[in-house]
Amino acid sequence: MKYLDEYRDGAIARALAGEIACVATHPWVLMEICGGQTHTIMRYGIDELLPRKIELVHGPGCPVCVTPLETIDKAIALALRQDVILVSYGDMLRVPGSNSDLLRAKASGADVRVAYSPTEALKVARANPERQVVFLAIGFETTAPANAMAAWEARREGLKNFSMLVSHVLVPPAIRALLATPQNRIQGFIGPGHVCTVAGYKEYEDLSREFRIPMVVGGFEPVDLLESILMLVRQLEAGKACVENQYVRSVTYAGNLPAQRILKEVFEVGNQKWRGLGEIAGSGLHFREEYARFDANRVFDLELIAAEEPAECISALVLQGLRKPTDCPAFGIGCTPEAPLGAPMVSAEGACAAYYHYRRHKECS
Amino acid sequence: MSLQSIADLACPAPLGASETVLLGHGSGGKLSADVMRGVFLPALGNPLLACLNDQAIVSIGEVKIALSTDSFVIHPLFFRGGDIGSLAVHGTVNDLAVGGAQPLFLSAAFLIEEGFPIDSLRRVVASMRRAADIAGVTVITGDTKVVERGKGDGLFINTTGIGLVPSDVELSAHRARPGDVILLNGSIGEHGIAILAQREGLEFESEIESDSAPLNGLCAAMLEASTDIRCMRDLTRGGLSSALNEIATQAHVGIDLRESAIPVREEVRGACEMLGLDPLYVANEGKLIAIVAPDAAEDVLRAMRNHLYGAQAAIIGRVTDSLAGMVTMRTPLGTSRIVDMLAGDQLPRIC
Repeated sequence: MKYLDEYRDGAIARALAGEIACVATHPWVLMEICGGQTHTIMRYGIDELLPRKIELVHGPGCPVCVTPLETIDKAIALALRQDVILVSYGDMLRVPGSNSDLLRAKASGADVRVAYSPTEALKVARANPERQVVFLAIGFETTAPANAMAAWEARREGLKNFSMLVSHVLVPPAIRALLATPQNRIQGFIGPGHVCTVAGYKEYEDLSREFRIPMVVGGFEPVDLLESILMLVRQLEAGKACVENQYVRSVTYAGNLPAQRILKEVFEVGNQKWRGLGEIAGSGLHFREEYARFDANRVFDLELIAAEEPAECISALVLQGLRKPTDCPAFGIGCTPEAPLGAPMVSAEGACAAYYHYRRHKECS
Repeated sequence: MSLQSIADLACPAPLGASETVLLGHGSGGKLSADVMRGVFLPALGNPLLACLNDQAIVSIGEVKIALSTDSFVIHPLFFRGGDIGSLAVHGTVNDLAVGGAQPLFLSAAFLIEEGFPIDSLRRVVASMRRAADIAGVTVITGDTKVVERGKGDGLFINTTGIGLVPSDVELSAHRARPGDVILLNGSIGEHGIAILAQREGLEFESEIESDSAPLNGLCAAMLEASTDIRCMRDLTRGGLSSALNEIATQAHVGIDLRESAIPVREEVRGACEMLGLDPLYVANEGKLIAIVAPDAAEDVLRAMRNHLYGAQAAIIGRVTDSLAGMVTMRTPLGTSRIVDMLAGDQLPRIC
């Protein structure tokens, strides 16, 4: 398949790994931001190909993982109302809230529907004018434009029974928060290729300059990731710190301007809570006043219940790249994809699930 | 099977802390296994049931009989490459065939929702008849129940089948040995993607058809080619991964696959990439795997390739003596990863 096979080619991948081994003279700690990249690294065993000097730590770029517990609890509470149809992306259904998850809510009678895009939620709203349709709109800069478009369309049509429970997060403020912590070990970033496809990478240049840290905007296939690592190691070995773009087949400097326009039209930047990381200033997208009537938080009287994570779950440290999933005492014992304690064990893009699904045999052998 | 090993299987494992039945309990993955071990085996357990095979094989006097039952719940009822009627025949025929049986007779039970069009029912039953004729089986008894409108989803069908197992045929996962070869009869994922595409209204450049097919002829040809077939499984819900994980667990062996050897059609690969699904977990209705002694592999492979439903057959991996109970896969990069059993249904991912 074009644009896939050449980026999964074993010979090219091994050649790149060989080159990394030649170039690296010092130990380096690199973080891939995106959960999709973590998934590829684990699925293809990219860490196995790398010299021991290169350590990969996994970033917080899994939208399912960082959606606050309160948002999940609110979604479950909304879904359980008789007058509500809750529409969600598939992998939100198993994410544990404080006491339940959406799959269990569905089994006990809640009307929960899975959609591939927010426009499907609009269709559900048009087809069910007597009921309230709430779309659980989560994600990074990648999914936000489509969600903004759904709100824009709903406003244009004058839909009265459609709203969104929004938990949108932005990558650059999270990188800033990670780099600003005293425990930070990260020396180079593989930047989020799909986020930058939408947002461009100007903001990453500011971060790279400010913290003197190399960044390479990377793709999601094995060859993309190995090439990104090679570019980072070259910079580090040469004492450079700039932003380079490995994912040129998708990312441009300025990004997708129409997508950015619709984002600005519907949302404004505000503070946002991340599951595992806490509140980060300016890291979220919230409805502008003109779109307030599509904000489920305002449409419904949702009481905020203070929720707590299970004590033994170390997902906060995993999401910051400070610990590996296998460092967790509950990993694979008290916490599995069937009975997850933390969100990183749920989504295919969560670091814990990626380790569990693809690499647990390395622990046994 | 010894009493102790049955007791082990019947351990009342907690149902993943769920107090109610979730859709995932019917997915053929880990949750299905949980409900089997946590609910059905403790109550109904006996040595035959505890084998947990798709069919039970029981001797009555000198005759070995295979018995299998399956219920069919599918939306849409008519899809590219088949319908619920042909599927209900193929599903049970295949469950018998992979047990080494020659399928003979079927029963068919229809659970129909009030208001269901008689014309659609006629089409489904005509399709069952065609499928049964082609597979060489006869529907000899049946049952019809109608439920009130809103208490069903159009039409559900259950079929039960019996077949005869030749006295010299004994297929069982427990016979798998390190060094054995794993054969697959063709490309995977077509049924699941065809259904999903039609259900979700997804349009692809070329239409993907379900692979729904009767595999009894293929199984007979394979068994004729060699007596060293250890076991066979048809790949349905849960896909290739579930079938292999079940064998690895039952036989206490490791299974190591080569990713590049597993045939997947370009259209299916493309659809899976788009939807964030892994073809290893996508449903099939006309595919099987066979575990075969290394010396017999070439003969069985040749017999498969000479058959209509095995033209694309391939050796996809081996049984190993390391990592018992686990399925691993060699990636095109030369690294190794686990092929895990899914907890429940595969969920499409966000981005």
